[in-house]
Amino acid sequence: MRPAHRHVTPLRNDRVDAQTGIGSEIGNGDDVTVVARGLVKRYGDLVAVDGIDFQVRRGTCLGVLGPNGAGKTTTIEILEGLKTPDGGHVEVLGRSWSESRREIQERIGVQLQETEFQDKLTVLELLRMFRSFYREGSDIEEVVRTIGLLEKRRAQVKTLSGGQKQRLAVGCALLSRPEILFLDEPTSGLDPQARRRLWEVIETFKAGGGTVVLTSHHMEEAERLADDLIIIDHGRVIARGSPKAIIASLGAESVVQFSLAGADPRQLSDEELRTLQGVRSARYEGSEISLSVVRTQAAIAGLFKLIERRGLVLDDLHTHRPTLEDVFVSLTGKHLRDD
Amino acid sequence: MTRLNEIRELTRVRVVLFFREPEAIFWVFIFPLVLAAVLGFAFRSAGVEPSKVAVVQGEGIQRLLEAFQRDEDLDVEVYEDRQEAFDKLRKAAVDALIEPGDPPRLAFDPDRAEAATARLRVQRALTLAMDGGVDAPLGLEPVTETGSRYVDFLFPGLLGMNLMGTGMWGIGFAIADVRRRKFLKRLMVTPMRRSSFFLSFILSRLVFLFLEIVILASFGRWVLGVPFEGDLISFSIVCLLGAITFAGLGILVASRVRTIEGVSGLMNLVMMPMWLASGVFFSYERFPDAIHPVLRLLPLTGLIDALRAIMIDGESIWQQGPESALLAGWCVLTFLVALKIFRWE
Repeated sequence: MRPAHRHVTPLRNDRVDAQTGIGSEIGNGDDVTVVARGLVKRYGDLVAVDGIDFQVRRGTCLGVLGPNGAGKTTTIEILEGLKTPDGGHVEVLGRSWSESRREIQERIGVQLQETEFQDKLTVLELLRMFRSFYREGSDIEEVVRTIGLLEKRRAQVKTLSGGQKQRLAVGCALLSRPEILFLDEPTSGLDPQARRRLWEVIETFKAGGGTVVLTSHHMEEAERLADDLIIIDHGRVIARGSPKAIIASLGAESVVQFSLAGADPRQLSDEELRTLQGVRSARYEGSEISLSVVRTQAAIAGLFKLIERRGLVLDDLHTHRPTLEDVFVSLTGKHLRDD
Repeated sequence: MTRLNEIRELTRVRVVLFFREPEAIFWVFIFPLVLAAVLGFAFRSAGVEPSKVAVVQGEGIQRLLEAFQRDEDLDVEVYEDRQEAFDKLRKAAVDALIEPGDPPRLAFDPDRAEAATARLRVQRALTLAMDGGVDAPLGLEPVTETGSRYVDFLFPGLLGMNLMGTGMWGIGFAIADVRRRKFLKRLMVTPMRRSSFFLSFILSRLVFLFLEIVILASFGRWVLGVPFEGDLISFSIVCLLGAITFAGLGILVASRVRTIEGVSGLMNLVMMPMWLASGVFFSYERFPDAIHPVLRLLPLTGLIDALRAIMIDGESIWQQGPESALLAGWCVLTFLVALKIFRWE
C-alpha cells in the first residue's frame, strides 16, 4: 500500500515562503528575534537536522511541526543553546550563543521535553529557586496566577496532575520575564482539557507581546497557536508559511474519505478515482480511500455514480475541510501521529 | 546580589529535600548511633573473669577443693554425677572438668581461650598446694580506663566512616537523581552559574554535618563515655575538612553516571576498600607492613587517624600536618577532576 506521493521536493523558498516572509532573508532589524540559517546537526551517521532555515518575528509564534524523530527537538535545542550545530548559524535576540550566552539566557524562557521536577518540592519553592537565577524577572505571585496554580502553590509537585506539572514547567520558563519562550512539545500526553488550559497560558504570554517558538506534533495546537509554521520531516523543511497558506497550498476545497462495504478499496483504481470530476488526487489508507477534492459536490456525485456502476456498496463517507494533517500526509505519505 | 540569592535558594532546596526524605534522616542520624551503641556494648570491657571449673564427687575431693581455694579466680562447682558435669563442659557453661584421683584428671577444650586459662589456674593451684608454698606476689591491674577501651578506638572510626558515607551518598545520589530527571539539563538553559550549583551541595552538606557531629559526638561523649582529650577547634576543623573532601569525592563519583544503580555500584566500589582498610573497626597496622604507605594515602585513613589523635591522644590540628595535607590534597584533586569531567546533560 504505497502512498501516492512518496517523494516530494521540499518546498524551500517556494511561493508560500515568499508570501509570509519567514524565509531565509534577513528581516528588518529589531523585528526579528530568532534567525536560523542552514542548521545542520549530525549524530554519527544520522543527520538529525539537515539544513533548516527560518526566522521568527517579534510578537509572533513559530510552530515547528513534524512527526516524532523529525528533528524538532534537536532544532529547538540548538536555538536554546543546549546543542551546538555542526553547520549553519543561529542568532537569538541579535546575539550568538558563543559570545553572549548569559545575556541570551537572561532574556529567554525554556520548557524542555521530559524535565521531571523534584516530587517533594512545593510549587513556590521551585519557582523561587528558578527566579533566583535571573537578575530581572517576573513576580512569582504573578506567574503562579498566570499558570493557574494559585490554589496549589503550597502543594508538593507529586500532588499535581500532568497538566498542572506542564503548566508549572511553563511557569518556570516565564520567571525570567522572557522575550522569547521556547516550548518543546508542551502539551504532549495531556488530555484535551489540560491542553486547552495550557494554550490559554501561552496565548496570555503572546498577548503581552511575547515571541514563542513551539514544537508540536499536534496539528490543532499548531493551527491555533502558530502565526507561522515550518513542517519538518527527516531534518528538512517540507512546507512553510501561515497555517492557512500551508493548507491552501494543498489546493483542495475539502477531503472526502470513504470505504466500501465488504470490498477491497483497490477495486477502484487510482486512475478511475483521479479522473473523477473535481478530484485532484486519491490515496489508499487501510480500508479507506481519501480524495483531495477541488469541487466537493461534483466529486461526490461522480463518486456515487462510479460506485453504482461497479455494483459496489458505499460503507462510510465523510468530508472535512483540509487540515495540516492532510497537507502532511499528502507531502510525506505519513501521518503526523502514529496513534 | 543575584549570586548570593542563587546560592541561598539552591542550598535551601537541597536542605528541604533532605529533610523531606525520612530514609535519609535514618541513615545519616539514627543508623550510626545504633551501630556505635551495638558495637560499643558488644565489645565493652569485661574485667577479670574467673574460671568456672566443675569438680566431680569422689575420693580425694577434699584435697582438691583446698588447693583450689588458693586461687580466688577459680569458681568451683561440685557435681555428684560425672555425666551432668560433662554436659556442662560440653555447653561451655564451665571451662574445665576435674575428677579427683591419683593423679587428678582434667578435661577441657583446648580451642577455647577460657579453657586454657582455667587449665593453667588449676595446674598452678595444685602445684602451690603440693609445695606448700605461697603465690609469688604479682599485683594485677585490669586495664578498663577510658581511652583504651575498644569503643574508644572504634568511635572516631565510626565518626569518620559516617562523614564519608553521608557525604558521598548524600551528594552522589542527589546529583545522579537530578541528572536522571533531566533537571540538570533544565538548569543548563538558565543563567545559573555552575559553581553555585556545586557550592549549594557543599553548603547543604555543612548544615547536615553540624547536626550530625553534634548528635553523634554527644552520644559518644555522654552515653558511651568516649573521651574528648583534644580541643574543639581542632576537632571541628578536621571534621569540616573530612566532610568537604568526601563531598568532592561524592561529586566526582556522580559526575558521569546517569542512573541510581550506576552511582550505587560506583559508590560501593570506592568506599568498600576504605571501610575495610582505613582502620574503622581495627587498626590498619594489622595489614602487612608493605602496604601501610598505600593505606595511609586513603582519605578515610587520614581522617580517622587525625580524629583518633585529637580525641584520644589530645593532639591539636597542628600535630596532624600530614593527615590534614592529605585531606586537603584529595579535596582539591577530586574537585578539579569532577569539574573537568562533569556531565551536565
